[in-house]
Amino acid sequence: MELVLVCLIGILYASGMYMILRRSMVKLLLGILLLGNATNILIFLLGNLTAGKPPVIPPDLKVFNDIYADPIPQALILTAIVISFGLTAFAIVLLKRVYVLVDSDDLDDLNTPEEEDI
Amino acid sequence: MTDNSIIAPLIIHLLAALLQLAFWRKTVTQRYISVTAAFLGLVSAGVLFHKVYSGGILIMNAANWRAPFGIVFVADLFSSSLVLITAIASLAVSVFSAAGINRARMLYGYFPIFHFLVMGLNGAFLTGDIFNLYVWFEVIIISSFVLMTLGGRKAQLEGAVKYMALNILASMFFLTGIGVLYGITGSLNMADLALRIPKVQNQSLINLTSVFFLLGFGIKSAVFPLYFWLPSSYHTPPSAVAATFGGLLTKVGIYALFRVFTLLFTPDDNLKNLLVVIAIFTIVTGMLGALIKDNIRRLFSSLIVCHIGFMVGGLGLYSKMAMMGAVFYLFHDILVKTNMFLIAGLIRQLRGSMNMKLLGGIYGQYPKISLVIALVLFSLVGIPPLSGFWPKLYLIEAGFDAKKFVLVATILAGSFLTLYVIARMWSEVFWKDPSGDERIQDTFASLRLHKKTFLVLPVVLLCFCSVMIGLDAQFIIEVVDRITDEMINTAPYIKAVLG
Repeated sequence: MELVLVCLIGILYASGMYMILRRSMVKLLLGILLLGNATNILIFLLGNLTAGKPPVIPPDLKVFNDIYADPIPQALILTAIVISFGLTAFAIVLLKRVYVLVDSDDLDDLNTPEEEDI
Repeated sequence: MTDNSIIAPLIIHLLAALLQLAFWRKTVTQRYISVTAAFLGLVSAGVLFHKVYSGGILIMNAANWRAPFGIVFVADLFSSSLVLITAIASLAVSVFSAAGINRARMLYGYFPIFHFLVMGLNGAFLTGDIFNLYVWFEVIIISSFVLMTLGGRKAQLEGAVKYMALNILASMFFLTGIGVLYGITGSLNMADLALRIPKVQNQSLINLTSVFFLLGFGIKSAVFPLYFWLPSSYHTPPSAVAATFGGLLTKVGIYALFRVFTLLFTPDDNLKNLLVVIAIFTIVTGMLGALIKDNIRRLFSSLIVCHIGFMVGGLGLYSKMAMMGAVFYLFHDILVKTNMFLIAGLIRQLRGSMNMKLLGGIYGQYPKISLVIALVLFSLVGIPPLSGFWPKLYLIEAGFDAKKFVLVATILAGSFLTLYVIARMWSEVFWKDPSGDERIQDTFASLRLHKKTFLVLPVVLLCFCSVMIGLDAQFIIEVVDRITDEMINTAPYIKAVLG
């Protein structure tokens, strides 16, 4: 399972990096999303995968007497997902607005020259 | 010592923002709330600074979960003095905004977002938990995205795309670093991490992890070669917004660099040399950018990059004296850079333009305002005994001690070129005869008296603080001395948090 996740993380990071180096705004956004997912899975993996051991103390015990899955990475990922949800929503609206104003999807067209400053 | 009042500066801005949301579209009420909250924030930050200065490090355990299990807020002298300076700067920006932001922007929530941003800044300074620091950074960037795009002009949105993409990327690096660090050590509390990191067997893994933090905070604080988003976005939003960004946002990155590279990681020689090289290139590239700019806000943006290099250089030298210089410079820089952008906004009101070719003759028409501005410019350049002079003295002396002569030469060259561009700006904007261009129009003269006061008062306030820092440098040096002691000997911090 770990090996599968490691490969997945590698592919996601690589493709995310490739996408943010493209000139298209939409690809930039997709790249950021892929990088975000890669990071989330990385945190999940680094919290040590423990299958089928929820971090819940049985009712008849006071403490854990068995190994259990670490709940903190999941809490971190959940927080990170919510944050990236908000950021992505903002980013999509921003890019849409820029597309309407500039009428181009190319990041190289986003340069209002200094002479037009007031 | 546990003291729950340390988050008061944060709560005040949160409540102010929520209250302003309740007064949506009531711009006059929002202005009153904003200035009152910023003033209360300043008072509470002053109280916090006094408590920490006289009584030592204070902590607050969120929901009474003891560290390292819960999120802990820590006010050491470094955090609390930055909270105080942020409060001064945000009061100035808040007053300036009351007259300097147009009504359309206020109608769409300028003030609430501004207070959310200041709340995020205070949170980032006060938190003692590395993941919580990430969350505060996200609060800061999402607020700054809205402030940057509010108004929706084409140039603003173009700048915002670059700003957004690189800042999200920086957060990603930061989060990756946190994930790896948690995987290695199993903790997120910074004091706990400071104890666990030296015990890790594989120290090269730790060095690798620290690079994630260097990249993340490096993008946020705009160091070479990660700074390109800054000069292409900071000149686009209104000046009050640019003042908050220029004065405070890049400095949070510097704060985080100092916190992480003194408390958590001890940089090895390679990393120190890397930081020095980064600092040299940051100063040089920022300077070259400033030389060719005609728009004063573009010029100031490049100067921000240049002066970030001074602080990174101080961290790279990693001696007590160098860090004293860097922290002192950080305090000075927050006040003076905020003021520079407010001045840019004031010039825009006086002349309707920020292009040096079109400007001119302000000294003849407004001699008193010009003299205040001159004082700010002098303190930016570092004319003794104003605030910019003392930290550079420390940095240069530390550079000689460490035999990093290239860095010393670059800092000196950076200072002289700052003098050159500021002198050029002074003669173009203030002394040159008015250009007589038909695009020039004075909107300031026709303003009512209270609006004029709102525009000039913040500049005077920040100028007064800069002058006081310069004249009363003894006190600041004592504070900075204690801050660097806390950075070098982290045991009191760890003891205060973990008990």
